[in-house]
This record gives sequence, structure tokens and C-alpha cells, in this order.
Amino acid sequence: MRDVAVVGFTQSESVRRERDRNEVEILIPVIHELKTRAGITSEDLDFVCSGSSDYLAGAAFAFVSGLDAVGAWPPLCESHVEMDGAWALYEAWVKIQMGYADLALVYGFGKPSMGDLPLTMALQLDPYTTMPLWPDAVSIAALQARLCLEGGVLSERDMAEAAARDRRNALDNPNAQVAGDFRAEQILSEPYLVSPLRKHDCAPISDGASAVLLAAGDRAKEMCERPAWIRGIEHICEPQELGVRDLTRSRSTEIAAEKAGVGAGKVDVAELSAPFSHQEILVERALGLGSDTEVNPSGGALAGNPIMAVGLSRIGEAADRITKGSANRAVAHATSGPCLQQNLVCVLEG
Amino acid sequence: MSEQESDANEPVEMLRMPVELDYTYSAGTSASRFLRAFAEGKLLGQRCPVDGKVYIPTRGSCPQHGVPIDGEPVEVADKGTLVTYSIVRVPSENIPLELPYVAIQVVLDGADTAMHHVLSECELEDVHMGMRLQAKWKPREEWETSVGNILYFIPIDEPDAPYDSYKEHI
Amino acid sequence: MSQESSLTAPHKMAYTYKRSLGPVLSRFATALRDRKILGARRADGTVMVPPKEYDPDTAAAIEELVEVGPAGVVKSWAWVGEPRAAQPLARPFAYALVQLDGADTPMVQVVDAGSEEAMKTGMRVTARWSDEATGMITDLSFVPVDGEA
Repeated sequence: MRDVAVVGFTQSESVRRERDRNEVEILIPVIHELKTRAGITSEDLDFVCSGSSDYLAGAAFAFVSGLDAVGAWPPLCESHVEMDGAWALYEAWVKIQMGYADLALVYGFGKPSMGDLPLTMALQLDPYTTMPLWPDAVSIAALQARLCLEGGVLSERDMAEAAARDRRNALDNPNAQVAGDFRAEQILSEPYLVSPLRKHDCAPISDGASAVLLAAGDRAKEMCERPAWIRGIEHICEPQELGVRDLTRSRSTEIAAEKAGVGAGKVDVAELSAPFSHQEILVERALGLGSDTEVNPSGGALAGNPIMAVGLSRIGEAADRITKGSANRAVAHATSGPCLQQNLVCVLEG
Repeated sequence: MSEQESDANEPVEMLRMPVELDYTYSAGTSASRFLRAFAEGKLLGQRCPVDGKVYIPTRGSCPQHGVPIDGEPVEVADKGTLVTYSIVRVPSENIPLELPYVAIQVVLDGADTAMHHVLSECELEDVHMGMRLQAKWKPREEWETSVGNILYFIPIDEPDAPYDSYKEHI
Repeated sequence: MSQESSLTAPHKMAYTYKRSLGPVLSRFATALRDRKILGARRADGTVMVPPKEYDPDTAAAIEELVEVGPAGVVKSWAWVGEPRAAQPLARPFAYALVQLDGADTPMVQVVDAGSEEAMKTGMRVTARWSDEATGMITDLSFVPVDGEA
């Protein structure tokens, strides 16, 4: 295996509705800043990979325009996944492992404010037997939350405490969308949005983008004083049909965590991308995190949820803490699909 | 739903499952500036800070160099040179033009990128690369924030542009 | 340069999908048209509803379909207080995981219960069919079974 590290990370603010810019214009300064900080141009990149969804823009091949932010002349070696940028990072990591690249740019971007995101997410469900009923993403998550609550897996207080923790942590994150000194009691006194979920149990809808630079071996050491080395990365998928899954645990996160080697040492920091508070608890448990791990110092997805970039941002936030020296070992998590269908776990070390 | 076609006595083998989603499309900063100028009959491009080339429409970044384009807009002419074309004889549901029509790439004077449009008021056998063209605008009172303000391009009585002046756009 | 907000325009994206069903879902859809619900018998003997072409655990092809329901039990539910235009009912309703009698897995479905107070995990519901069933999953929804809990 080659040593591969995160050597740079930039992100936009997460905002509910980007008034002026289109989704590529949100991405342009993010990539420009990353390249400027690293002192590179597009010609230095051996590989470029992005994550986005054409359904957010409502236009086929919308992702191609993202390349305008990169500068694709002379032509680049490029790829795209219709998933969160964390999966684009996985592809870039594989490319570097194969010896086809030493330096790769990964980015994710989306402007969900153009559409009705919870409804758009129904398109992830089985197109024959479930999607035509248009179950929105919040309702689907609420089905899972109720199973967890009534099955005694977790309590509404646990959920409120997770939401409050993230929003408190986000006070230190200038890019967060929802931050504040919330208390669990306060959250529990709020009405339900879709019972048993309250507004604070749901990640906000955010427009935004983020980008990461990956480099191999000596290249990483040249570019960064303290690279965040990827010591394990895995993604695991469960079946699409909700009925055949155990929705009260995240089995795929458990497997990914084991394969990525989460348990091989103390985890200083974990950045989780779960878009609902009960899912965050399930992921935290599936990763086997103890009380000595600081969870979501950035606020996680519950404080800012730029869909298609939010998982990549978790890797970037975790790497940032290693690069800045406040953590030696960090875990980042990304998810995709309804009710934590698919999960990616990445272990980073200084 | 009555839009299904299957016979009540036959197995159902196909189903119509239309998917519709509503959006509020947002053009973004650059395209909005371009379209607002269009409503006043002005064609705005923007200069790449690396090589000085003028892009039209403006788009926020130079797609070649990957750098933000945030300088002052540059106005370009509503006439230019035809660099390539195709005579379209196949109808398309969302193009309301009479067949045949000429789809063109035109480089406007003052711009460094070609724009897609159509050519009219011209015999098909007279269409050729390098010919000089002028925009035919809708009546002023019908102008809106739309490239549709230019109905089409028409030939003008100017000598052809030399090949070297437009060859990089082919 | 003045910072005016972006121009916007309404945009409808429409895909006119006409989907081939394949052997398993064709039988499922044909049964729906005839107001019956089929599940897939898996190798371990359990019944999965809705059926899939392949067993999600073993990837073995599904051969046997069996009739289930029409009644079942609500395993979980979410109340939709303000339905969107695309959703199956214009009045408030519940999305629910409904496990039909004879099935071992629940399916995502609609329960038309009138009010959130009428919803309870464990409640019995039964199939209700649209007037003109054509094979779409939207032919089917569920209503509470009176007097049973």
C-alpha cells in the first residue's frame, strides 16, 4: 500500500439558500483557494474526481459544468460519482494506490435550494414498489427513528443531546449553518416536525461545496508539514429495501469500521455525516467510539449539510485537526442512501 | 391510473412511471449579469485574467485556466464571423424554427469564444465559413432577460474574414 | 458592480419513464391489478414483500411468489401533516412500515387513518384498492381495521 494523505481542505459556508451564485459559482472560490494555498495549478493534478447529483440541479450532466471551476485545458484525467464527494475521494485514493496518480483533487458540490430536497431524495427508493408513493426523506427517517425509540435502542433525550452537542460545537465553526448554545430540555420542549422527529433532529438543507487535495508519499510531505495520512478507508452498502434491513443499527458502518481499523487505537476526533440525530447515535455506536473521543467538533452534518459535499467535508475537517496538531488519530464518516444504507469510514493519522 | 395501456386479461409487463420534479432554477451571478444586459440590447463578455481572452457569455471562471473571472465586463459587438454551421432538416419538439434552418457558431467582434445561434434570411447554398453576420433583434419593446432577444443572425455586405482570424474556433 | 440577486425561473424536470417489469415484478404488478398482494418466498422459507428478483441475502433467483395480506400490522409510522402535491393523498396521512399477514418483512406504504391520534405501532390495517387498479403500487393503500389493535 502507498502512503496517501489529505494535504489540503477548503469549504464554502453552508447556507440555506445561496441567493446570488449558481452551484458552479459556489465551487469556484473553494477550488481556487485550495490550489492557491497549495501553490499548484490544474496542470499539476494527476487526477480530478467529483461528487454531485444532477437531480439537485434538475439538469442532466449538470456535473460537467463543475469542471469550469477546475480548468480542464489541457485536458485532465477526470471522473465523477453521482454520490457524496467522500466516494470521489475513495476513487482518487484507489487511483493513487494503483500508481496512476500522485496528486489528486477531489470536490463535492450542490445547490439543493433549487428544488424540494426531501422529495427529490425519494428517487433513491425502489422505482417500482416504493418511489411512486413519494415518501420524502424526513418521513423515511422518521420510520427509522420510531423503530429505534420504540425498540428501546435510544431515547428522544439521547437524540436531543446529540443535536444540542453538534449545535454547541458549531459555535466554533464559521462555516456552519445552525449553531447555538442549545440544551436538550429546550429541544425536547419543541413540537414534532414529523413525529418522532423534531426540527433539531434533522440536518438543515444547505447549499455548499468543499474540496480536498490528496497526495502520495514524498509529495504529501513536500506539500504539508503534517499530512493527515489515510490509514484505513472502506465503504459498505446494505440492500435498498428498507424492510429487509435492521434499521435499528448500522451494520454497514460496523463492517466498514472494522475493515478500516477504527478500533486499532485511540480515536481523538470523529466527524460524522449522519443527517438525523438518531442516525448519528447509530453511527457513533457502530464505530465503537468511547467517551474519550471528541465527536463532531465541527458540528457535523446536523450543523451544516451541503449535500454531496457534507461527507467529504467530514474527511476534510478530521484531516484539518491532524494537520493543525490538535489530534493524532481521527475517524471520518460519510453516508448515502435512505436510513444509512451505505457508509464510508476513513481513519486518518498524523 | 388510466394512462397504463395493458389489457385487463393480459399480464402487466410495462408500466408508465413518470417522474416530475419542480425547481426554481437560478442562473447565478454571471449569467444573470449577462441576461440583464441582454435585456438592454448589450452583449457582455468577461476577460480571463490569465490570457486576456474574452468569454461570452460570462461564467464566473475561466474554464481553461480554472481561475475566477471577476473583472469588469467587456461589451462585444452584435456582429461577427461565422466559424462553422450545420443545416438542420430534422424537427425537434423544443425548437420552434421552420425547417430547414442553419445552426451556427459565431465569434462576435471583440469576443474570443464562439456562440451558438441560428442564421436566417440567407440562401442555404450561400452559407459559408468566414461570412460576416449581424444580429437581427426582436422589436425593442419585446426585449426581456433572454438570449431570445436576438431572433437570428443575417448576412451583411462585408468581405469574408480571413481564415487565420477564426481558425482556432473550429 | 451592483450585487443583484440571481435571476430565477421555474423549471420542471420530467422523465416519461416506461419501465419493463421483468418476470418477478410483472407477476407482482399483475396481481396488484387483480387486487392481490404477492410476496417472494426466499430460500430460508421467509416471505419478502414487496418481492425482488433476487434474495438480498444470498442473491439466489426468486422463483416462488405467494399471496399475502390483505391485512397486516404497522411496525413503524410517520405522520405527514402537510402532504406535498406529488404524494398519494391530499389530506394528512401516514407513511408506515406495514408487515402483511404471511410476510416476514414490512413494506413502506400509505395508511389513511384520518388523524395522527389514530396511529399506533402494532395497529392492524387492511388493504384498500383504487377504483381502477392498473398494476401500480399506488393502486394500494391501507386503512385501519376497526376494533382491532
